[in-house]
Amino acid sequence: MNPLKKVFLFYYEGFKSMTVGKSLWLIILIKLFIMFAILKIFFFPNLLKRNFDSDSDRSNYVIEQLTTKSK
Amino acid sequence: MEHFDLSLVNWSRAQFALTAMYHWVFVPLTLGLAFIIAFMETLYYKTKNEEWKRITKFWMTLFGVNFAIGVATGIILEFEFGTNWSNYSWFVGDIFGAPLAIEGIMAFFMESTFIAVMFFGWNKVSKKFHLISTWLVAIGANLSALWILVANAWMQHPAGMYFNPETARNEMNNFWDVLFSPVAINKFLHTVSSGYVLSAIFVIGVSAWFILKGRHLLLAKRSIIIASVFGLVTSLFLVLTGDGSAYQVAQKQPMKLAAMEGLYEGSEGAPLVVVGALTPGKEYNDSRNPFVFRVQIPRLLSFLGYRSGEAFVPGVKNLVEGGYIYTNKEGKEQLALSLEQKMERGKIAIQALADYKAASDAKDTTAMAYHKNLLDSNFEYFGYGYLNNPKSIIPNIPLTFYSFHIMVGLGFLFILFFAVLLYLALRKEFKIKKWLLRISILMIPLAYIASQAGWIVAEVGRQPWVIQDILPSVAAVSRIDSGAVQVTFFLFLIIFTTLLIAELKIMFKQIKLGPKEGGK
Repeated sequence: MNPLKKVFLFYYEGFKSMTVGKSLWLIILIKLFIMFAILKIFFFPNLLKRNFDSDSDRSNYVIEQLTTKSK
Repeated sequence: MEHFDLSLVNWSRAQFALTAMYHWVFVPLTLGLAFIIAFMETLYYKTKNEEWKRITKFWMTLFGVNFAIGVATGIILEFEFGTNWSNYSWFVGDIFGAPLAIEGIMAFFMESTFIAVMFFGWNKVSKKFHLISTWLVAIGANLSALWILVANAWMQHPAGMYFNPETARNEMNNFWDVLFSPVAINKFLHTVSSGYVLSAIFVIGVSAWFILKGRHLLLAKRSIIIASVFGLVTSLFLVLTGDGSAYQVAQKQPMKLAAMEGLYEGSEGAPLVVVGALTPGKEYNDSRNPFVFRVQIPRLLSFLGYRSGEAFVPGVKNLVEGGYIYTNKEGKEQLALSLEQKMERGKIAIQALADYKAASDAKDTTAMAYHKNLLDSNFEYFGYGYLNNPKSIIPNIPLTFYSFHIMVGLGFLFILFFAVLLYLALRKEFKIKKWLLRISILMIPLAYIASQAGWIVAEVGRQPWVIQDILPSVAAVSRIDSGAVQVTFFLFLIIFTTLLIAELKIMFKQIKLGPKEGGK
């Protein structure tokens, strides 16, 4: 048998025969959806990536932040 | 000082603490239970006794529940770095990038691949390959923890890097100094071994419940023996690594040590407080007795912190006022600076960074070299430039002190517990009194309390620093609306509490169901 097919069947049959695992997978999928599709997008942007186009701009911003916060 | 939104700093810290503590509910059981399962499966492989297979599969199910609910909860911490702590994220540069990338690859390839074989592979792969996969899951989970803990240890003791004023980033110049920093080694060993102890207690507690209910007695007895041996060995190891960690704290984070011990006035031959109650509202510079009562062992703190019973251990007041002799990073004796002097040098370093930037923009290479030199020679005090009064350098002493003593006290209680259980379990007739079985169940929450207390000591005790001496939390935080952080704080509280309830519900259900395929 094709090794890829073998691997596929291994996982397919494994998931199929799960009992408690099915509800766990449901929890994992819901959790990942909340984390990446809701929290990451709407609540947790990477500020420096979002607000600046280049690393040089990011450096300048952080230096400005670091050197004015002490004054 | 330009206005700091302290409510933003505090909410950002609270949110990070909340997510980290919830994440740590799941992690230690994964770290230790994986090894306990691997030992059990090894016994199955060696003896070919089907009961060991049943036992292995039962604990594997509980491992799976914990792993599934806990998986990816740590990713939220990385989200927070990018949003709430963007200055810090930029400032740490590739120091965090490299270990976290290795962690990601290891976690993905080792855990994800072999965990599938572990759960789906019974009767599909050879017994030997299955056993190897189980061991690789255990090793992989612990190696994942290594990289995270290396990153955390770097924050407690920055090493193997230099600060590039052009980019405002710390750049790694020696990977091995980061990986093998004594703080990293001790932190890794102490943290994972605390997970082993917690897991051993979990196995014993669940097994004790089975015995009390008169169910699955063979599984319960065998599990208690395995977990007691594992727990006793790892809890003794935990003492060793705890000593190593405290020694490193004494050398690198003396203020944390002073907070752990409620030590306001330093002395030669300092005693170790075994138990005590702190005087409420005590200030570092008032003359009140720091303790309402205490039981202490003479000279032990000096010995544990500096390997000499006569050594001077600085207290909070000494660390603020300076003027005592200490051994610096190069191993030379030196007069400690006062906080005021450190703040002065920190401000010079910060101004040098600003001047370097201006010189760089003006392409004035002579001025750049001058300011870089000034920055380099004062960089070790960079973070002090953000502080403005002595209190800002003192962590929450009651929280650190009580957490430390709870952790240590419970740690020694666990050693006694494992030793007693093992003694009783290995007698000719396996007989454990009902009261001890009930205590065994009670030990499970105590193990979680000790584990969380350890992190409180590590993280609260090092405040105000996000990176020791270099970056305080006030400078690390992003300028965002504190209201947004409050919203996500409560959002996380709801999500994580729901996950915890889900875990407990599924876990209790699986424990009640017990092992499949019979069991005696």
